Amino acid sequence: MSIETLPAGNALALESRGLCKSFGALTVADNIDFRLERGARQALIGPNGAGKTTFVELVTGGLSPSTGQIVIDGADVTDLPQAARVKRGLARTFQITALFRRLTTLENVTLAIAERDGVAGGLIRPAGRHNRVIEEAFALLETLGLAEDALRPVSALAYGRQRLVEIAVALGLSPKVLLLDEPAAGVPSGESGLIIEVIERLPPDIAVLIIEHDMDLVFRLARRITVLVQGRILVEGPPDAIAADPQVRQVYLGEREHGRGGR
Amino acid sequence: MSDTFAAFISIGFHGLAFAMVLYLISVGLSVTMGMMGFVNLAHGVFAMLGGYVLTSLMSRMGVPFWLALIAAFVATALGSLILERLLYRRLYGRDELDQVLLTMGLIFMSVAAATYVWGPLQQPMHPPRWLSGQVDFGFRSFPGYRSFLILCGAGLVIGLWLGLERTRFGMKVRAAVDNLRMAQSVGINTSRLFALTFALGSGLAGLGGALGADLLAINPSYALDNLVYFLIVVAVGGLGSIRGPFIAALLIGIADTGFKYLLPELGAFFIYALTMAILLWRPRGLFGRA
Amino acid sequence: MATEGLVRPRLKPAPRAPLAPQQAIDAFARRHRYRWWEALPWLAALAAYVLFPSYIPLGAQILATILFALSADLVLGYAGIVTLGHAAFFGTGAYTAGILAAHGWGEPISGLLAGTAAAALIGFVSGCIVLRTTGLTLLMQTLVVATLLYEAANKASWLTGGDDGLQGMEVWPIFGQFRFDMFGRTGYLYCLAVLFLCWLVARHIVHSPFGRSLTGIRENVRRMHAIGAPVRSRRLIIYTIAAALAGTAGALIAQTTGFVGLTFLNLDRSGTVLIMLIIGGVGRLYGAFIGVPLYMIAQNRFSEIEPVYWYFWLGLMMIIVVVFARGGILGLAERLRR
Repeated sequence: MSIETLPAGNALALESRGLCKSFGALTVADNIDFRLERGARQALIGPNGAGKTTFVELVTGGLSPSTGQIVIDGADVTDLPQAARVKRGLARTFQITALFRRLTTLENVTLAIAERDGVAGGLIRPAGRHNRVIEEAFALLETLGLAEDALRPVSALAYGRQRLVEIAVALGLSPKVLLLDEPAAGVPSGESGLIIEVIERLPPDIAVLIIEHDMDLVFRLARRITVLVQGRILVEGPPDAIAADPQVRQVYLGEREHGRGGR
Repeated sequence: MSDTFAAFISIGFHGLAFAMVLYLISVGLSVTMGMMGFVNLAHGVFAMLGGYVLTSLMSRMGVPFWLALIAAFVATALGSLILERLLYRRLYGRDELDQVLLTMGLIFMSVAAATYVWGPLQQPMHPPRWLSGQVDFGFRSFPGYRSFLILCGAGLVIGLWLGLERTRFGMKVRAAVDNLRMAQSVGINTSRLFALTFALGSGLAGLGGALGADLLAINPSYALDNLVYFLIVVAVGGLGSIRGPFIAALLIGIADTGFKYLLPELGAFFIYALTMAILLWRPRGLFGRA
Repeated sequence: MATEGLVRPRLKPAPRAPLAPQQAIDAFARRHRYRWWEALPWLAALAAYVLFPSYIPLGAQILATILFALSADLVLGYAGIVTLGHAAFFGTGAYTAGILAAHGWGEPISGLLAGTAAAALIGFVSGCIVLRTTGLTLLMQTLVVATLLYEAANKASWLTGGDDGLQGMEVWPIFGQFRFDMFGRTGYLYCLAVLFLCWLVARHIVHSPFGRSLTGIRENVRRMHAIGAPVRSRRLIIYTIAAALAGTAGALIAQTTGFVGLTFLNLDRSGTVLIMLIIGGVGRLYGAFIGVPLYMIAQNRFSEIEPVYWYFWLGLMMIIVVVFARGGILGLAERLRR
């Protein structure tokens, strides 16, 4: 397991180099050279089956690449398991909410912060005495507007607010790179405004990559867009350039602009 | 013919017969577990029921063998259908622990019910006269009933495999095992499909229990005594597969017979160690999907 | 800190009065403090000692079995590991303490510790193998481990007594003073003291950050991986601890009854502890204290009279509990309280 560290001042928060993944004859990721700068607000879009999920799984460690490297903040993490990559500053949310349903909102976030601080495996001090962790968790909930639900089990929350808790848990890890997997998926339109607002207010030093289908959201939040088609990066650039690109238009021809669904 | 060679032939033969019985009983469990993800520990109850139906009909009512076999199949298939609609349905998607406990409760009830109806003793199995005795295969002769068991089992296995590959029903089953949600979205009525598959699998188990009544003794604690073997065949073979359990049954059947013959002091020790090793190497079973 | 940069106030007014941070922290901290009703089981145990002298031997067995069920609850209810082979550790502890006592070393405390250590070792080794998997495979592996130990104990009958069980155990007085009398009084108080200490340990674990993270592992393993938790090592640790406590329970039974048999290792033993837990309620720490006495007293009364009916009603009750009363008695109590 080698960890290369590029000289300080490297501006890339996340990078994939020559990333390839095949299942037998089926290539789902084809030589992806992806770059995410520090403090970026970038979106990854593409039609269904383009390989967005696969890319996320390769980056987070759910899948091992056939070839290629994943680099987080200058360190090669290709051989590291999921949990180790989190320690290096990678956090993600899931497309389908993955929270600790029977635990309270506060507890969900506390678990993340405790892991970050390395106190989550402690056996000596009772969990309730870790005041600092609990206070920080509560403060985080406050800034996201979730304070009044702090002591309610997450399963009792409206789905839109559950998606917010997903983001809160990821933020609790103090990540350098935040992967938001369809953050507004399944959320009724009345509640998605709050989610968009929260994403807009994320700390500027976190690099944010949003996987999305909803073009309104993408064009509102992203400063840079990567288009993935059939496992390969088709084109990358600022939103106006992407909107005007004839190749992109062709790829999306026949697909509804606000299409959701599987990939 | 040397002694060791003869011993090996014997082991192979009896092991194969045992494997056939194990397979017939376990294949239904493998498919339904692969399809619905439902941990059904009580599967052995159906095999037991088939055995009881056969032995009762034959010994108490003088029903001919072939008819009793059919009755065993039908009775268990119907019984399992009722059980599925009434009880199992409620637990799809529930915690694994709940399913384990529910099916264990069923096993306990079956032990009590069987003791009550048939008494605590083993049911004797008398194969029909035209199957008893020896069959001469030229180089040596084998017990007639076991030969019949192997042939019958082979026939059923081939029928099963053909049915799964060639019929529309089989295609739906394969689709549902592969990806349940996808199968639902292409319009397959998975609820009904599962009930039918469950009935078929349980009926086969009943048949296996009936045919194998002299190999696996029919008594009230049948489902408990043989639980580990059935689960091993399914786990080692791989959930949802129908070829996997066949290989696993062959392994277990021949190894078990071999060890009882050659190294009885080791007993079932080797089988369990082998199972553990295989599951370590291939957690999803030999033919389970990765 | 994660909250830097989020400066704008909330858009919508809060529907409820916002919760002050101190309230939130207190709600958390309150959980691990001792409540008055937690003294009840111990008072009840002492009362039973005084009020039912002829049932003291049964009482001692109940206490030791509560410890066994408590250890199973840690694995099952808190970590979410479904095992059908927990009796392996119970039996290991029992046979270790028993074999020591049958071969000249009858000192109870050290025998108890030896049984605990042996069970912990088996738990650790088997955990390394078993916990690599999930679902049915995990269930199978736990079953196989227990069955392997059963077969080993059966074959090593020169050591274990095989089918007949271990004979000739001689347990010395505790601290040289308290003899194990034939009324079982010493045994009862011995079991009570050990149970109390182990309960303190279990309770502490449950309320520690480690224990809370176990709940996370049970609720959503994917999420735990995604927040960087070392899931496998956590599960292994609790599996080993639970094995150790199960071994303690086994050693207790061995020392207080003077007998160890193959049934200490069988599927029935592993299965019954699950049943006792589900009656009381899984994952609530006190399920064992309710389910075990109920089950064992009922079994003591009814299974002798008509074993067939006992199995039938037991099975039926299990089905009813699973379908209608998930969470057992404690779960029902929770629902009534709302």
